[in-house]
Amino acid sequence: MTTPRRAAVLGGNRIPFARQFGPYAEASNQDMLTAALEGLVARHGLAGERVGEVVAGAVIKHSRDFNLTREAVLGSSLAADTPAYDIQQACGTGLEATILVANKIALGQADSGIAGGVDSASDAPIVVPERLRRKLLRLNRAKTPADRARAALAIRPTDLGIQVPAANEPRTGMSMGEHMAVTAARWGITREAQDELALASHHHLAAAYERGFFDDLMTPYLGLTRDQNLRPDSTIEKLASLRTAFGTGPEATMTAGNSTPLSDGASAVLLGSPEWAEAHGLKPLAWFVDGETAAVDYLSGEEGLLMAPAYAVPRMLARQGMSLQDFDLYEIHEAFASTVLSTLKAWEDPEFCRDRLGLEAPLGAIDRSRLNVNGSSLAAGHPFAATGGRIVATLAKLLHEKGSGARGLVSVCAAGGQGVVAVLEAA
Amino acid sequence: MARPDGYTAFVNGGLGKRLAATLGLPQPVPLRRHSPGAAPADGPVLVGGHADTPAIAGLRAGLTAAGVTLTETVPEGIRLGGVVVDLTAAVTPADLESLRATLAPALKRLGRCARVVVVGRHPADASSVPERAARRALEGITRSVGKELRAGATANLVLVTEGTEAAALGTVLFLLSGRSAYVDGQVFRVGSDRATADGADPERPLAGKVAVVTGAARGIGADIARTLGRDGATVVCVDVPAAGGSLAAVANEVGGTALQVDVTADDAGARIAAHARTRHGGLDVVVHNAGITRDRLLANTDAERWASVLDVNLLSILRMNEALLAADGLRDGGRMVLVSSIAGIAGNRGQSSYAASKAGVIGLVDGYAADEGLVARGITVNAVAPGFIETEMTARIPLATREIGRRLNSLAQGGLPVDVAETIAFFAADAQAAVSGTVVRVCGQSLLGA
Repeated sequence: MTTPRRAAVLGGNRIPFARQFGPYAEASNQDMLTAALEGLVARHGLAGERVGEVVAGAVIKHSRDFNLTREAVLGSSLAADTPAYDIQQACGTGLEATILVANKIALGQADSGIAGGVDSASDAPIVVPERLRRKLLRLNRAKTPADRARAALAIRPTDLGIQVPAANEPRTGMSMGEHMAVTAARWGITREAQDELALASHHHLAAAYERGFFDDLMTPYLGLTRDQNLRPDSTIEKLASLRTAFGTGPEATMTAGNSTPLSDGASAVLLGSPEWAEAHGLKPLAWFVDGETAAVDYLSGEEGLLMAPAYAVPRMLARQGMSLQDFDLYEIHEAFASTVLSTLKAWEDPEFCRDRLGLEAPLGAIDRSRLNVNGSSLAAGHPFAATGGRIVATLAKLLHEKGSGARGLVSVCAAGGQGVVAVLEAA
Repeated sequence: MARPDGYTAFVNGGLGKRLAATLGLPQPVPLRRHSPGAAPADGPVLVGGHADTPAIAGLRAGLTAAGVTLTETVPEGIRLGGVVVDLTAAVTPADLESLRATLAPALKRLGRCARVVVVGRHPADASSVPERAARRALEGITRSVGKELRAGATANLVLVTEGTEAAALGTVLFLLSGRSAYVDGQVFRVGSDRATADGADPERPLAGKVAVVTGAARGIGADIARTLGRDGATVVCVDVPAAGGSLAAVANEVGGTALQVDVTADDAGARIAAHARTRHGGLDVVVHNAGITRDRLLANTDAERWASVLDVNLLSILRMNEALLAADGLRDGGRMVLVSSIAGIAGNRGQSSYAASKAGVIGLVDGYAADEGLVARGITVNAVAPGFIETEMTARIPLATREIGRRLNSLAQGGLPVDVAETIAFFAADAQAAVSGTVVRVCGQSLLGA
């Protein structure tokens, strides 16, 4: 497949990710997204500039934030005539936003754009029980004092209460972790393998900080200069000592240590055409080559909730004429350590590849030393919509360091049985 | 910008004014500071001096063109914006009478925040001993007048070279303007080896220039970035990654770029130069402002504290300059401005490491200004030495100590970060091509180290 022109990833910015109810407890999605944009604008000298468009979103969103991204743009130093829109594709939001911006640039509909995402697990909207909500709306509609009194009196003490949103699948009522526990058990993913992956994530992310890798990818926020969840001195013994959090009985393998914590944070990625980059003195880090999304039927129990990337990747590889081993770097979002391991195992499994993917031969194994080399969500944290931007900017810079032609694969699983994947190539 | 300190506000009110006058307390006034579009001087400027006043002859056209109203007699009914006294023709101390005769009647007619500018020649170039004495005397006179002046007025001395008096135009205009609000009792040496650039928009003298400011996230550095930006420069704001949040805010405010890099990193200079080159096409102005204090009595200073101050404030500049002064660094005709401190001139109890670094900075200026390679490339290197400046840092000094630091100067108040920034912007302008190797104190004529 050829595209009219190539869209380049030019740079990125994020604020350090915080744990739920941490330093960003009082920060709104709009605050954090604005901060991420401001850092990006400052780094690339875009104050007062109009970029093609800004596309971002949040998974957990207040109803007042209907125009979240546009409001963040208006609160930023970008020119006020920069258009913006919100999207939401669960944890795939940030990567999907990148695909959308890159596509418009490739088609010549835009010269530049910013893709981003934000989420707060702390400043969450609070919902009242459905019965109370209806009674309150009735009270609001009441016209006469008598009607108002009647409507008010209809509210019973038992109606009162609040519902804080949780990361539960609406159609199954199961949490994401519970879903993942089922998949992990199906693929026989061991506790040890998960803990090893989690430990590598922390050590890799810590090493990246040590060498200053994030100095031009991050802007401190509210006193935080590094991801709060990072444990540089974590050990396999410490991880092994944690109690299991998901799954039941002796088969349970998933702990708080090998699952991502609820987090707050925001990220943004700057994309542009080669000409726009040149005019702004910016060197492309990586080209956006291709993107693909997939969804699976997790309701019937046929497939695991977070397994859609296993389907999206081979479709994209076939289109590009690439094999799974054609990549210098792999960024597989660590929703849970077992998600990454299940996905890799599925690609190595002849039966899965034949029956589910319709492939004659399995995709095969990857060189694990190329996987999440600067850590991923287990160490950094995972503010849902912000993860895609974190990965794209990190991978683009890593590929640039490797040199022209180096290829990277991105894979992000998402709620609702969805998955978003992409290929980047060093510019 | 910042409001006057509480005491200054009080003594400028009705009761406070009477009380301060009765008790003989310091009577600081809000200083006249530059804002875009402001007149070059606040009222007519008296010109006079000795014999045929060659400096004024050379400056007259430029001053008039800049919008300064010149007068040869003390006007009736209106206050003077300043006095320019030309003693370049003085050959013996007896000739100093001309200065007294011009200045004495004028001093009583000065307006608020007026300016006294004495113009003379370099004592070292004198051809006789009496001439050298006369030239040297100007410094003593100027500094005494600075102390005598009230109501925000300042006095400074400009030393010019024979035949190139017009090169001092930029300096004289700076001293007459609100840009030099907190510069008092200073000696400006104007070289002669290069012509003064003219044609620059006086409101945007740095238009088209690319400037780098280290330590730009807050305090004096942030105001340097703002002032250079206001004067037309594209500003690369540099600070440590941990200060990135406020750095981004400053960079976006001035429409520049933020570069998160620790100045002590080995590749800091190379990264700054590469950023300026790829993003903005080159580098014209470098302001080495980043600095830290680790105050302790020397007796209690350990090696680590000592080393960190010297490394950030002095050694990092040397390391960065290897890249910044290389062929693909600062462009020919570029400007480098360093930030010293009066602690580096006068010393300060408990600040040996800081004073060492800031005195060392003056050594750098001397060394670079004498470097033939840099001179050939037209690169000037100068420094400012701030006195008591109202910053977050000085706000943490205990009240009594702070009040003493603030009042022990001819203007009886602390300066603002923008006052330091204005002098740096002055050095950065094309018009100052002939000024190199100088250290100007921005201290309100502090008594320390005077």
